[in-house]
Amino acid sequence: MTQSFDAVIVGGGLFGAFTGLFLTRMGKRVALVERGHVGAQSSGANFGKLRLQGRAIEQYPLSLAAQSHWENFESLTGEGCEYDRTGMIYLASSPDGRQKLLKYAQNSLACGLEVEVVEGEALRRKMPWLAAQDGMIASCSTRCAVANPRLGTPAVVRAMLRGGGVLFDNAEVTRIAHGSNGFTLSGPTLDTVSAPVLVNAAGAWAAAICAQFGEEVPLIAAGPPQFVTEPLPYTLRPSLYTIEGDLLLRQIPRGNFIFAGYPRTLANADGEHTLVPPQKTLAGMRSVARKLPFLRHAEVIRVWSGVEGYLPDMLPVLGPSQTTPGLFHAFGGSGGGFQIAPAVGENLAYQICGRPPPVDLTRYSIGRFSSNLVVSEKMTSEFDPSGYDRRC
Amino acid sequence: MSELHPVVIGAGPAGLACAKALLEAGLRPVVLEENPRPGGQGTRRLSPLMTPEAERLFGHAQAGATARREAEEDRVLAACDWRPGSLVWGIFDNRLAILRDGRHDSLPYDRLLIATGATDRIMAFPGWTLPGVFSLGAAQVALKQHAAFIGSRVVLAGASPLLYLAAAQYLRMGVRHLTIVDAASRAQKRRAAAGMAMTGLSTLIEGLRLLRELRRPDVRRIDGADLVRAIGGERLEAVEIRHASGRTETLACDALAFGHGLRPETQLAELAGARFSFHPQLRNWFPIIDADGRAGQRLWLAGDGAMTGGREAAAYSGRLAALSMLADRAGAASPVTREARALRRRARRLRRFQVHSAGAFPWPHEQAAAMPDDTIICRCERVTAGEIRKAVSSTAGPVEINRVKAITRCGMGRCQARFCGPTLQELTAAASGRPVESVGRLRAQAPLRPIPVGSADEEARA
Amino acid sequence: MNPPLFRSAVARQPDAIIYLDGIEMPARSGESLITALLAAGLMTGRSEFDGSPRCGFCLMGACQDCTLWAISGERLRACMTEVVDGMELCRLPPEPGSQNE
Repeated sequence: MTQSFDAVIVGGGLFGAFTGLFLTRMGKRVALVERGHVGAQSSGANFGKLRLQGRAIEQYPLSLAAQSHWENFESLTGEGCEYDRTGMIYLASSPDGRQKLLKYAQNSLACGLEVEVVEGEALRRKMPWLAAQDGMIASCSTRCAVANPRLGTPAVVRAMLRGGGVLFDNAEVTRIAHGSNGFTLSGPTLDTVSAPVLVNAAGAWAAAICAQFGEEVPLIAAGPPQFVTEPLPYTLRPSLYTIEGDLLLRQIPRGNFIFAGYPRTLANADGEHTLVPPQKTLAGMRSVARKLPFLRHAEVIRVWSGVEGYLPDMLPVLGPSQTTPGLFHAFGGSGGGFQIAPAVGENLAYQICGRPPPVDLTRYSIGRFSSNLVVSEKMTSEFDPSGYDRRC
Repeated sequence: MSELHPVVIGAGPAGLACAKALLEAGLRPVVLEENPRPGGQGTRRLSPLMTPEAERLFGHAQAGATARREAEEDRVLAACDWRPGSLVWGIFDNRLAILRDGRHDSLPYDRLLIATGATDRIMAFPGWTLPGVFSLGAAQVALKQHAAFIGSRVVLAGASPLLYLAAAQYLRMGVRHLTIVDAASRAQKRRAAAGMAMTGLSTLIEGLRLLRELRRPDVRRIDGADLVRAIGGERLEAVEIRHASGRTETLACDALAFGHGLRPETQLAELAGARFSFHPQLRNWFPIIDADGRAGQRLWLAGDGAMTGGREAAAYSGRLAALSMLADRAGAASPVTREARALRRRARRLRRFQVHSAGAFPWPHEQAAAMPDDTIICRCERVTAGEIRKAVSSTAGPVEINRVKAITRCGMGRCQARFCGPTLQELTAAASGRPVESVGRLRAQAPLRPIPVGSADEEARA
Repeated sequence: MNPPLFRSAVARQPDAIIYLDGIEMPARSGESLITALLAAGLMTGRSEFDGSPRCGFCLMGACQDCTLWAISGERLRACMTEVVDGMELCRLPPEPGSQNE
């Protein structure tokens, strides 16, 4: 028996979940189809950063809109996700980094995000725990925040379900048929569902759906090396990011320090896991020990990564398909998807309902890959030199 | 390209037997062991403070045999590239990540044997986090390594042959007032005895001899009783048990050691690429190995970390793995000698013995469903049974064990689920109404043990 | 006072001094820290999360329940560390300092 909906979303990550939530709020009947468990991949395994600093100026409309939703997450979903407005310190140690940091700070200010730039004696005073070196400079924002990624997606999905959406989990889609009456999906553990609208929110696995509809995307699957320390007295509230990318660190109130850093590692050949090479863990530990000497004796208890979808310009793909009416894409968070997810869902829902979205999504269109491919400098600085080469 | 030395992780009976066979073939294996001394768990060596007590602890004949075995082990290790105190904390791309004496090292391998043994399999129960409650293995380690008893009025409980061995050793060393609470009834043990006799008569006789030794007025043995809760404020004061009849009884005591058999230590095997299958009788996951212990192109597993079998089976499987490595070196698929066939047969028989003995020492999986909500399951993160049930039964909640871990934090602490994992598995199955094998298996994550952040900074160390 | 959690199985003549949270206590060189502490009736620490006492569970380096800190800040497992005369130990991570602004 076929169940009919207004929209079927493939992928129970945060993009899919928020799209489903906003669509149900707009009165649509939504099916969310997830081959495993909701929020299990990069939506659940990422660092939990809700950062606004260090973004390209064009991304601010989406980011700021998303942050408002995170700030109101509890009233939006009816549940908490350990959202905490901890503030963020963005730190540069190199002359190159310094230039970048100042440019980013200018962007932030221009877009209405307040940041305070400190260096020299003021920096030492503000961050006495930092092994400060000459030339270091930091910009601090109080609006940047963190949330627990493991809790976020299930909370959004539950809110969607309360609004009348339907979840099919443990339901891999193996067949998508497209005809005059829309899309029909099925799989070994999925009874047929159909809808005039299909949302491709399949994360690192989204390229296969694109390909079926004649759209090619240079999506790669990778993940950052991450680790967590044993619980220690809670002393560091703001999250700390170096512009050089060797250190992303935050402490949760339970006491554990969570680390992420670059270079990222490409996912296994099976596409299901990203293993962290020990030398990357050691490099991360070295950065922590050198920048934050008070953590020298802290012990690392667990290492992990995730499978995230990256695009060469480090921007997601959002918006309608170029080949197939009724098909919409939302994938490729490129390491920054967690923060923008609520705004992705909201704006996509507007588009799907045929209303102009509050934020213009044109620059995120899948069409951008058909002409000259722009490779972000982040792609070269945040990945191994081997770049696209798969680890053998 | 020159060939690398074979690498053995774990200097227990399996690792040492493998190293010895490799030496005999003219190779010089690297032997890595986390502890400063070789020996393993069941065959753990006595600390220098306890060495003079060996005859009292083991009895005259066994003390002599132990001394000879250890001298032989020392000879083997002297000929190997022996690296005690080496923590192998990660494996990636056919290289081992090692922390030794505060220094990190990376060791490539062509052929690797992992023989990391087994530790206590624990079913949590109310009060098990109280000071004075220990694992069954700990009761024995206390004596052998720490030269101490875990208390004065000792209760040993659960389902394990170790109950009787630990009891005998405590008595030989002078403890009085010992109570043994065996979860299996005598009838259950009698039923299992036939299969045990067929596969491991000598082990069975050894066990019966222990039982005779324990027949004395200051030892109370209770069969077919479960642990209900450990009672105490800041430390253990008593333990409540439930007899087979349903009657409960409170036993005053100052120490309790409990356990429910063994759980293989498979984290390193998994990081090295081993795959796993579910063993329905033992109700647990074991790495997939061939008859010789091979688990991958460059990977061999032996001893209790591959499949529970005890000391002798460990030694046979370790030697067999070495023969398989040597055959592989020579370009053969597997060793075809008479010795290899005999080793396979012996190891297989002893491992079958363990499967039979699971009937005499059953894993009390049914306790998970009845466990009170306020029972702490994860001692590191202090996660309760109620929190786990709530997460599993919530809408869009997790039913896969790694997701349950991620959402509840159960198993995310310093010990990395070594002690709460088996209970979490059963609780997840019970709360979701699924068979335990369908809720998945906790994945291993590096590092194997906590490692200090500063250890990675060579400059600061220099 | 409660009887000690550990009872020594051999004659135990202290020949060393160690300090736990600044308090001097006798110990025997070469024995494990957990023996020294538990045999003296002390406990190794408390859970970070609910404050309940913890004193070791597996005694073989796996459960991390008997965690202590050297005064230098290094974390120790009391069951895996041998007594050395003059050792200074803490039951909480020493002087973390405040990193808050």
